[in-house]
Amino acid sequence: MQLISILLLVFPLLGFLTIGLFQRQMNRQLSGILASGVIFINLVLSSFLFRYITTSHQVLEVSLFDWIKFADISIPFALTIDRLSALMLMIVNGVGLLIHVYSIGYMKYDESVNRFFAYLNLFILFMLILVLGSDYLMLFIGWEGVGLSSYLLIGFWYKDHANNNAAKKAFIMNRIGDLGFLLGIFLLFSTFKTLSISEIAEIASLMPSGNITLTIITLFLFVGAMGKSAQIPLFTWLPDAMAGPTPVSALIHAATMVTAGIYLIARSGVLFVLSPLTMNIILVVGAVTALVGGLIAIYQNDIKKILAYSTVSQLGFLFMALGLGSFSGAMFHLTTHAFFKALLFLAAGSVIHALSGEQDIRKMGGLRSKIPFTFALMVVGTIAISGIPPFAGFFSKEVILTAAYEHGMAMGVFATFVSLLTTIYMFRLLFVVFFKPASKDFKPAHSVHESPKVMLYPMAILAILSIVAGFVQLPKLFSETQGFDNFLTPVFAKANGLQTVSEHALSVQTEWLILLIPMFIIALLVFYSYNRFVNSKELTPATGIQKVLADKFYFDDIYDFLIVKPIGFLSDFFRQTVDQSIINGFVNAVGNGTLFVGKRLRLLQTGNVGFYLVIMVFCVIAILFFNIIL
Amino acid sequence: MENSIAQLQVIPLQYYILFCSALFSIGVIGVLAKRNALVIFMSVELMLNSANLLLAAFSAYRNDPAGQIFVFFIMVVAAAEVAIGLALLVVVYRSTHSIDIYKLDRLKW
Repeated sequence: MQLISILLLVFPLLGFLTIGLFQRQMNRQLSGILASGVIFINLVLSSFLFRYITTSHQVLEVSLFDWIKFADISIPFALTIDRLSALMLMIVNGVGLLIHVYSIGYMKYDESVNRFFAYLNLFILFMLILVLGSDYLMLFIGWEGVGLSSYLLIGFWYKDHANNNAAKKAFIMNRIGDLGFLLGIFLLFSTFKTLSISEIAEIASLMPSGNITLTIITLFLFVGAMGKSAQIPLFTWLPDAMAGPTPVSALIHAATMVTAGIYLIARSGVLFVLSPLTMNIILVVGAVTALVGGLIAIYQNDIKKILAYSTVSQLGFLFMALGLGSFSGAMFHLTTHAFFKALLFLAAGSVIHALSGEQDIRKMGGLRSKIPFTFALMVVGTIAISGIPPFAGFFSKEVILTAAYEHGMAMGVFATFVSLLTTIYMFRLLFVVFFKPASKDFKPAHSVHESPKVMLYPMAILAILSIVAGFVQLPKLFSETQGFDNFLTPVFAKANGLQTVSEHALSVQTEWLILLIPMFIIALLVFYSYNRFVNSKELTPATGIQKVLADKFYFDDIYDFLIVKPIGFLSDFFRQTVDQSIINGFVNAVGNGTLFVGKRLRLLQTGNVGFYLVIMVFCVIAILFFNIIL
Repeated sequence: MENSIAQLQVIPLQYYILFCSALFSIGVIGVLAKRNALVIFMSVELMLNSANLLLAAFSAYRNDPAGQIFVFFIMVVAAAEVAIGLALLVVVYRSTHSIDIYKLDRLKW
């Protein structure tokens, strides 16, 4: 088992090195198969580990070597596999494999497909380090590594400058979050004298709730999570990150990397539970992000942007769940979300593929009959994310909604409202792209064609997962056994034990109500969207409040005005005034001064020997006098 | 030896110092005033020898032979210097047909 967990890291590394180093020599078909094969082996290994962890009820600790060791600091390079990481292993490798296979078809005609697969394998490697690391520093390596892969893949088509800017934006915004994470790690170390996650949880569980240090640490960690998981105010990079190839958006910016923040908080559950203030901040930030993301998504016209804001909104939803203390609920929704959001992105990629790169939904329409498989898969994804039973999204959202209602009626209603936004934007997308009569002014370069099988099969598997994954855990109304909760109980036992929330259990009637009323509203919304979006010939230009939403609440403009412009101005000032005038001026003045003085002084070199002699004698005499005087 | 030292000490030390200073000054003035390189050389020798004489005098008055050893060294160095200097002068003369130092003014700014 120890060996297997090490091999998990070795295979993607090998894949990355092989494809990366021989990208010029390697056959274009081979790289995709190789990369997918590596991840397939990883998936098989992960399944072994998953079975082992589930049946043996113990945590696997693998210490590879002592990494940093001096004085009283000792940080081993160690992996921990408990049920939480085993679950993440399955998600990362499972979804990763499907998206690798899909990419073989999607990236077939790209000239640098080898580079693409090298980056993808690199990403998987770092994601696994992030998930498996047994101390915060290991986690941080993975954290930075996935950020790097994300940067490389967003800017994959680097010839277009807009993509580079998007990549830089993602990298820099993540850097802000990473700074918080790093400060959190420093504080953790100075407080606990260790970075091991389990040891810290052990020590922290004895500390009083609301401890100031803990609060500061958790706030810093949350800043890190905000950056990586695209929460307000650091969320604007995620929609821009859609500049990368669609499989990347599916894998990194929907299913795995952006959930790293949730994973981090769930991992350090004990610390967060002991800081009620941080939990409340997480709840508020998550709620606002979920709301804002959902509202913006309704008025976007780029198919990938819609899904991106949807991801932002769902991530906010996940943070709400964390803020409510429902760690296993968050992990459950994270899992199902990985499935159906990856599916949606891949389906969107398939649509884009069919239309030869067109992403504007206003130019689409009537695709239902032209690409029927993609349509069917998109429907599955849409139903799943909207939370319509019996698809996966329903079950996982239900857990979070229940937690919200247990927290308070207002919170519950708010959560329901936010989750209903999903229905609106997803069905808008579906209806406009597939039902609306085809737009006349759009002529794709090639005839509209269904994607090849290599792209459809992975989507089909994701679709099946999106349908059945929810049955792992039925709502409390229907079933006493909470499969997913029970699975993660050993991981969160300590954190849950420390929670002091006075949860009032809901009566059966309320539970039925909060189950049925959303269903009813969803039905209404679907019906409304159908009328609204299918029959209207063109989407009307946005006005008033709609315009605010369509312009993403002007977040980008505000950041541009408040941060980017001043920094640009400052840079210009430093470059032109400080550097050019002051520093350059000083350096030039030294040079010019030396030249000037030299020009004058060299006149002393008359070349006349007699003159030199006179000077020499006088100088000797002068030195003599000096010696006498002094 | 004792005898010669005693004879030397017959003349007071101040006389030696004055004489050597005069000799040295003549050398300095010769160096400054003359244009003929050969004469300048001779003036330099004059200065060296005035210093030698003074060293010998001090050596005698202080009963310390170190000064006399210095004199020998200086004489050796002066001989070497003259050899090189005269060789230089020969070369200079061959190129300019003169040993006037005021004509050697090509090496300037």
